[in-house]
Amino acid sequence: MGRTASFREAYGKTLLDLGKENPDIVVLDADLSHSTMTYYFADQFPERFFNCGIAEQNMVSIAAGLAISGKIPFASTFAVFAPGRCFDQIRVSVAQPHLNVKIVTTHSGLTVGEDGASHQAIEDLSLMSSLPGFTIIVPADAIETAQAVRTAATNKGPFYIRLCRPEGTLVYDEKYRFNLGKANVLKAGSDATIIAIGLLVAPAIEAAENLERQGVDCRVLNMSTLKPIDETAINQAAMETGAIVTAEEHLEHGGLGSAVANVVAKNYPVPVEMVALKNTYARSGKPAELLEKYGLTTKGIEQAVRRVLERKIC
Amino acid sequence: MNTETVSLSVTELQTIAKKLRRDIVTMIGKAGSGHPGGSLSAVEIVTALYFKVMRHKPDDPHWSERDRFVLSKGHSAPVLYSALAESGYFPTGELPTLRKFGSSLQGHTDCNCTPGVEMSAGSLGQGLSFSIGIALAGRLNKQNYHVYTLLGDGECEEGQVWEAAMAAAHFKIDTLTAIVDKNGLQIDGWTKDIMNTEPFAEKWQAFGWHTIEIDGHNFNQLIGAFEQAKTIKGKPTVIIAHTIKGKGISFMENNVDFHGKAPNPAQVEQALKELT
Repeated sequence: MGRTASFREAYGKTLLDLGKENPDIVVLDADLSHSTMTYYFADQFPERFFNCGIAEQNMVSIAAGLAISGKIPFASTFAVFAPGRCFDQIRVSVAQPHLNVKIVTTHSGLTVGEDGASHQAIEDLSLMSSLPGFTIIVPADAIETAQAVRTAATNKGPFYIRLCRPEGTLVYDEKYRFNLGKANVLKAGSDATIIAIGLLVAPAIEAAENLERQGVDCRVLNMSTLKPIDETAINQAAMETGAIVTAEEHLEHGGLGSAVANVVAKNYPVPVEMVALKNTYARSGKPAELLEKYGLTTKGIEQAVRRVLERKIC
Repeated sequence: MNTETVSLSVTELQTIAKKLRRDIVTMIGKAGSGHPGGSLSAVEIVTALYFKVMRHKPDDPHWSERDRFVLSKGHSAPVLYSALAESGYFPTGELPTLRKFGSSLQGHTDCNCTPGVEMSAGSLGQGLSFSIGIALAGRLNKQNYHVYTLLGDGECEEGQVWEAAMAAAHFKIDTLTAIVDKNGLQIDGWTKDIMNTEPFAEKWQAFGWHTIEIDGHNFNQLIGAFEQAKTIKGKPTVIIAHTIKGKGISFMENNVDFHGKAPNPAQVEQALKELT
């Protein structure tokens, strides 16, 4: 394991920088500003920060009103509450009029841990992916988070950025440049491709390194822009490696696995294995215990690669 | 500024209101579907705003200093379309295209389709929150436009309305005036029977709003209430406008069947006879 850093800290500090650079940046939160880290911005720019209290529906529609009036609102809460508590507001107030609202959520996936199933967002990507016109980014580490947030601020239209609670291994260094809509190739390879997002990117790299020592040459892609997904990179992976494994901290339905399978099935069908939660809710536990239980680990990815290689048509 | 119309007399406003009612019945009749009841109950409210109270420029729908009208009850789109067309945002000749494929007049309001429509609506309860966002942007920009938001009384059963009511008072937004078209009916029947919202004015007061109750078909009372609202500082104002669903057409008044049903050709003819 390399150095780790906090996705949320990166978000909060980037917002603060953006606030200094652009007076049109405004931030909304729903009573979680010390968890989402929007409080950095709130402390510096109280007049541009709106704490909406525990009322996510109201927060999202207020953000839409700010956006239609020329502001660039970032609205934050936990991933279970947006879209969970305000899907219709996101759909009607933001997605349908295609407004410039940035929804950035934290505490996604299983790694919220001990709070249990009610707080483990494992459906948010499915809900958000269903909305036409939304751009969805799931950064792989703190460095990519900072750049993704900047990209959202400077590109018009609705964005959903999904962050997690724990610190994560730094996949990138400061030289990295996030490229919206493009998969980032973390490792070249020809036997199979591992496509991962978020906290599962670092284990995907580790799995590929372990497999390499065993003579299996995996390509690794960070598909941080989940939507619009990089079809070209997926098509190349299918054609050139003939087998794909996806890895995400989400249900296999409606998340990365589904999105990749959709592209593969339409263009160049090859076997796909999905490292993801399978039609179940989890329980309370330490993040590592939960990831272990559902196989969202380096080992789980390695096993999925072995399975997909058995299915591969040579 | 819409300076030509601010001097209109009550009699002239009544003439415009009649025109709006004729537009509403005709376009919904042509469409074969739509919601006449809640459009007709709001005619005087919308007429007073577009032809007397609001500063706006029909030839410049995005004029940054304009007062904003947010129709939260998006199913009452016909009353807004009619007011926009009669104001000059688009030709009245487009009104009969309501709900038709390719029309700029969607079944429920769409801000990207129709000049002058500020919000895409249709799922109830979102307009007041949206209006708070517009008002906060005006505060940040040091602009002094006013935001007028029209809600239905049935719509006030949506929890989000009260989240917004709480927030507007908390943020001390005095550039926002909500108008509740209190016609007392919703799809399944009388509001008091389906989900009682009383005591209604007291609820708004308890949430920190300046509250005015008026006859929503009386122009003098409407204009007086809008004038009063602009003088209230440090808190938002709600105008509870008591109205009659289907107002102006004998067989539609207080008839819940016409919440979401179009009149047939004979009924349109009868209605237009009553609106001469």
